[in-house]
Amino acid sequence: MLDMFKTPRRVLFFLILLAVLLIFIDLPENYHLKFRVGNVTVDRVINPASVHVRLPGFVINKDFKTRLGLDLSGGTHLALEANMKGIKKEDREYALESAKQVIERRVNLFGISEPIVQKARSQDLYRIIVELPGVTDVNRAVSLIGATAQLDFREFIDYKESSESAFIIPTPLNTKATGLTGKDLKRAALQFSSETGEPEVSIEFNGEGGKKFADITKRLIGKPLAIFLDEFPVTWPRVNTEIADGRASITGSFTQEAAKTLALQLNAGALPVPVSVVEKRTIGATLGAQSVAESIQAGLIGLTIVAGFMIAKYGWLGLLADLALVLYGLLNFAIYRSIPITLTLPGIAGFILSIGMAVDSNILIFERFREEKRLGKPWRVAMELGFGRAWDSIRDANFTTLITCAILFNPGNWQLLPNSGLVRGFAVTLFIGVVTSLFTGIVVTRTLIRVLYKEK
Amino acid sequence: MIRFSKFIWLYFLISAVVLIPGMFALIRFGLRPAIDFTGGTLIEVKYAVDMPQSSIESVLKKQQLTAASIQKSSNREYIIRLKPEGAEKLQQFETAVTSLEPKKSEIVRNETVGPILGKELLQKTVTAALFAIIAILSYVGYAFRNIKFGVSAVVALVHDLLVVLGIFALLGVFYKVEVDTLFVTAFLTTMSFSVHDTIVVFDRIRELLKRSEKLPFETLCDKALTETMGRSFANSMTIIFMLLALVLLGGNNIRWFVFALLIGTIAGTYSSPFIATPVLVLWDRFEKRKR
Repeated sequence: MLDMFKTPRRVLFFLILLAVLLIFIDLPENYHLKFRVGNVTVDRVINPASVHVRLPGFVINKDFKTRLGLDLSGGTHLALEANMKGIKKEDREYALESAKQVIERRVNLFGISEPIVQKARSQDLYRIIVELPGVTDVNRAVSLIGATAQLDFREFIDYKESSESAFIIPTPLNTKATGLTGKDLKRAALQFSSETGEPEVSIEFNGEGGKKFADITKRLIGKPLAIFLDEFPVTWPRVNTEIADGRASITGSFTQEAAKTLALQLNAGALPVPVSVVEKRTIGATLGAQSVAESIQAGLIGLTIVAGFMIAKYGWLGLLADLALVLYGLLNFAIYRSIPITLTLPGIAGFILSIGMAVDSNILIFERFREEKRLGKPWRVAMELGFGRAWDSIRDANFTTLITCAILFNPGNWQLLPNSGLVRGFAVTLFIGVVTSLFTGIVVTRTLIRVLYKEK
Repeated sequence: MIRFSKFIWLYFLISAVVLIPGMFALIRFGLRPAIDFTGGTLIEVKYAVDMPQSSIESVLKKQQLTAASIQKSSNREYIIRLKPEGAEKLQQFETAVTSLEPKKSEIVRNETVGPILGKELLQKTVTAALFAIIAILSYVGYAFRNIKFGVSAVVALVHDLLVVLGIFALLGVFYKVEVDTLFVTAFLTTMSFSVHDTIVVFDRIRELLKRSEKLPFETLCDKALTETMGRSFANSMTIIFMLLALVLLGGNNIRWFVFALLIGTIAGTYSSPFIATPVLVLWDRFEKRKR
């Protein structure tokens, strides 16, 4: 199996294949290509490669697209803090989850592509981070998200007893309020039916709510009672008997997951955790686009100078190192698109710094090569020795960078370390950059030199 | 071979020239914290026509708000920083500022950070830095089987961090440059870069130690430095080119961030041969004298 890697020529062939693959992944998005060569006219829209595989059992759908952070694409970042004062310690995690689900649903109603809603806990602080790409009207976003969930029990206005009407979906139009709302609910929980063992949702009303509920259930026997959350029907179970004790269970063919979600949603209406905005950042789309353009320009100019410097200092060897550097760029960009990594300004800076470190590997090797040659060794031996001896420094030096990246990225989400998106964006591109630089700096440059470089 | 160890005091003098004013500014004035640390609001507004600063000041006055600072990016662009305020008051201010020229004015950046968040960030940064220092110290100690190397690397590391902090304290005094989350990132990167560079030099010393034990330690260090100087120079040049391009052309948002990285890189490259290695040499001299 490993035979194919034994000769440098084969490795080179493999690297060329890899480069072609990477180019397909790295193609620009929606780029209109139009040109003429002689009689041939090319006119088509270019897009990066995408994979759609349909096999029995699973489906792979992968689009390779660049994902830009809010600082580059424009948008709003919000940090909401839940006020947990009135909530018992053991219920807090649960309340935060409920609040997150409500916010998630509302954000989805907002119709934003790829929003992010996540919980962030820090000691006694319970937060929800919301990222809304493309939204610059912060105040509207905040008022939409910050409102507490509304739970509403409604009945059908015009209900006929027939098999067909069982399939009618309740809407705010064909139902009317019963007067029972989330304020009357004490709690909802996932439980398992004592008879069938199936998952169901138990609900419990407070005193006032219990009375209202008894009246309503008495009135609606044989008819459905629709439960709305934020004007969306969640479920509409049929009332079987009058319920006087303020306790009920919603049954249906729930999966355990679905019942748990419903309980959470009902609680969200019942347990409105007041949230307040502790951080909001809005970046206009124009500022973002400008940052992208400027960073790319600066990066390209910097890269050109570095490439020129390498050629000036090391001649042909420098040119080969530059070739490896091109592959390095393609590889990194392809990785950002495949994982995908959200690119931010600090992320780009991390990448640019990693280019510096990638070049460093080659400089170390070439300097070593020159030294060995000065000691009188033939160039081929000196080259192999250069790679071998430089490896120790390269390994140790890059390892400490990886340690720092790991601490900055904070993969365990430890509360005593930073978990800011910006810092993470930087750490992750630097990490990927350092790891890939080990590959291109050693394997790629070495192969290129073995096959293409000759000294008399 | 260059006798680097002959000029140890010169290196320390050069560092002192950079460090002392910086440390003075740091202790006397401190750093200028951005709203990331203090809490507050930053509003960047862009007008389509020229707008005098006095119009913005009068809006602030009318609304009884005091700006922590008003920074003029151009005749049409301003960055206004406010202390923590209520959401309603801020919204009124945003409306008022944009209605100075209602047609085409635009708020391009609008950031509000609560005061608690800032304190938290500071604590976390310090913890992360300590974690990283301990991790690096133990790795270097392990990789070189000698705590002397680890400690010297960390001395150089602390030197580099102080250079970055000092220069930003000075920049804060003279150019009102603020430190924000991005600065924290640059600070932590300086850490990793500094050690990265030091290890390359130490690695050569380790190798020479194995090969030619008879040489005195000082001569050995000089030899190692002479041999790695070409690489150190070439390497720092490439990184400095990249960062300089970013500082000059990379746009306003990241200018000071990249500048911090640039300072860190230069300090990191300088400190490997001129701080870390001399510390190692001095340590060795001290041990020999004791014996």
